[in-house]
Amino acid sequence: MAGWTPECAMNEASPAGAPPAPVAVSLTPNQRAWLRFRHHTPAMLSLAFLAILLLVVLFGPFFLPHHPDALSETQCAPPSAQHWCGTDLHGRDLLARMIHGARVSLMVGAVGAGVSLVIGVLWGAIAGYVGGRTDELMMRAVDILYSLPSIVFVIVLITTLEQLVTAVLGHAGIGLSARLLFLFVGLGAVSWLNMARIVRGQVLSLRRRPFVEASLALGASHTRILARHILPNVAGVVMVYLTLTVPSVILYESFLSYLGLGIQPPMASWGSLIAEGARQLNPIRVYWWLLVFPCGMLVATLLALNFLGDGLRNALDPRAGE
Amino acid sequence: MYLLKRIVFLLPLLLVISFLAFVLVRLAPGGPFDKERKPAAPEIERNIRARYHLDEPLWKQYLRYLGLGWETGPDGQRKLFQGGLVRGDFGPSLRYRDHSVNDVLGQGLPVSLTLGFLAFLVAQGIGLPLGFLCAIRQGRWQDHLGSFIAVLAICVPGFVMVPLLIMAFAIHWRWFPPALWESPSHAVLPALALGFYFSGRIARLMREGMLGVLKSEFIVTARAKGLSETAVLLRHALPLGILPVVSYSGPLLADLLTGSFVVENVFQIPGIGVFLVNSSLSRDYPMVVGLVLLYAALLLVLNLLVDLSYGWLDPRVRHE
Repeated sequence: MAGWTPECAMNEASPAGAPPAPVAVSLTPNQRAWLRFRHHTPAMLSLAFLAILLLVVLFGPFFLPHHPDALSETQCAPPSAQHWCGTDLHGRDLLARMIHGARVSLMVGAVGAGVSLVIGVLWGAIAGYVGGRTDELMMRAVDILYSLPSIVFVIVLITTLEQLVTAVLGHAGIGLSARLLFLFVGLGAVSWLNMARIVRGQVLSLRRRPFVEASLALGASHTRILARHILPNVAGVVMVYLTLTVPSVILYESFLSYLGLGIQPPMASWGSLIAEGARQLNPIRVYWWLLVFPCGMLVATLLALNFLGDGLRNALDPRAGE
Repeated sequence: MYLLKRIVFLLPLLLVISFLAFVLVRLAPGGPFDKERKPAAPEIERNIRARYHLDEPLWKQYLRYLGLGWETGPDGQRKLFQGGLVRGDFGPSLRYRDHSVNDVLGQGLPVSLTLGFLAFLVAQGIGLPLGFLCAIRQGRWQDHLGSFIAVLAICVPGFVMVPLLIMAFAIHWRWFPPALWESPSHAVLPALALGFYFSGRIARLMREGMLGVLKSEFIVTARAKGLSETAVLLRHALPLGILPVVSYSGPLLADLLTGSFVVENVFQIPGIGVFLVNSSLSRDYPMVVGLVLLYAALLLVLNLLVDLSYGWLDPRVRHE
């Protein structure tokens, strides 16, 4: 992927009669990247943490004794053997709510990053590959969007989408899942700017490389060059920034839910749980568990994702970090 | 010449941004008068809309907002638009009826500027030394610990930091007041909460910038000449190593100076950060456009300053 260099191309293109390259020690670039990644301890630990988190989030609810929306008599109870993380203002089990909230937060991260990936890579690749006036125009658009505060954009986007869908579906009223979808799309739509810039920069420099020019001279079509030469070479960097976009989207969703714009009750995400905990702050009684556990879970996940990104960058783009 | 060209380009850019913001907030469904105490009779609402010229076509509203052009009065006389952006008037607030956007900015901006600048100092004060230390101790335990702290800071956003800080330092230990904006001690927790998150980014940029510079040939030369390590690091490496931080500081400062919703909301600080979110939600059109313009103008000017400081810090960069 990122290790694919013009030298490799020359090896492939060497005449059949040439002596074969030594085979015994040669690893593919992907194998070498994996080797580098495995030696990055924080990244491996993070990968393990995220895998466990994913398992818990997917299958945990089947084993939990409490339903996330079940009310009980024990309101704001501190952590105990029965409620491991305590209960909230309505007596709901905090652990169950956190795990359900994790579903939302992780899904938002994945889908939002996916949306930003598609828009960002397409925008950046087209701008960088076509170049000239198109490039200039597309990048100025990115600059202008960059100088609009994204929160305004998100609010407008989410409410507009909501109205559009309500208009299309008639008076059926939109379900919670539809609202979630807007959140995903809205978040993805404001987080692609950096991706576009990075991809454009990469494509711009790749386009001038000898192996691309050689390929052009040999009569390859633009589609083929993009698909075979440009995109595989960009993939490493894109991958790295994707892992860094996931935490920033999760963060943004938490922020919006904290404002009350994202997830609507009784659903929960980490952001709305933290907001709930913050609302219970008062000088008389401190319900620390309502804050510490959701905050801890959010921070731990973001940490893991960031370390994962570092490890990937180390592995896929060795020139960038060190 | 370069400077002149950049400054000339600022105005059309701001115009485009103001137009985009102007159209964008009006595209959103709902209007500024939806949340009145009781649903107003249609003719009352029509009157209110007419009073704020919201019934006019969009282009005319925009020209009126800019203050360029004229209208024909009922008596058939042409008269120029009054106020408008060209005369430094951001228009009336549709939500806070007795106030103009200028009033709100005039009251809130000094507070937000103070808080934002303090937070900027916190971010740089933690981030720069941390990143520097990591870079000169690369690969050792100081580097690992420092880098961990930097990543941790990036993972603790304001809305996590704020309630935790209040719980610990205002409620449990009672060292600092939990809210309001009166004495210097009121500024400690908000500035810390706002600045800490960004210190992590600064530390990482600083570390990478310094590492890149420390490998270059002129550093080897400087050491070979027998310069002391302090002189090599501070006089030769630092001005170049800090460049990534400098270019990040432009957007960062613009961001911080225009206030933060969470921090101002929770600490009940009368800044302008709260207004950006609230006015977008309540469709207070002139307020949104005014705040967006303020942010954009700050961002563009600060980015210009950043680019200029490049030439000063890095002798290889000279603007034609």
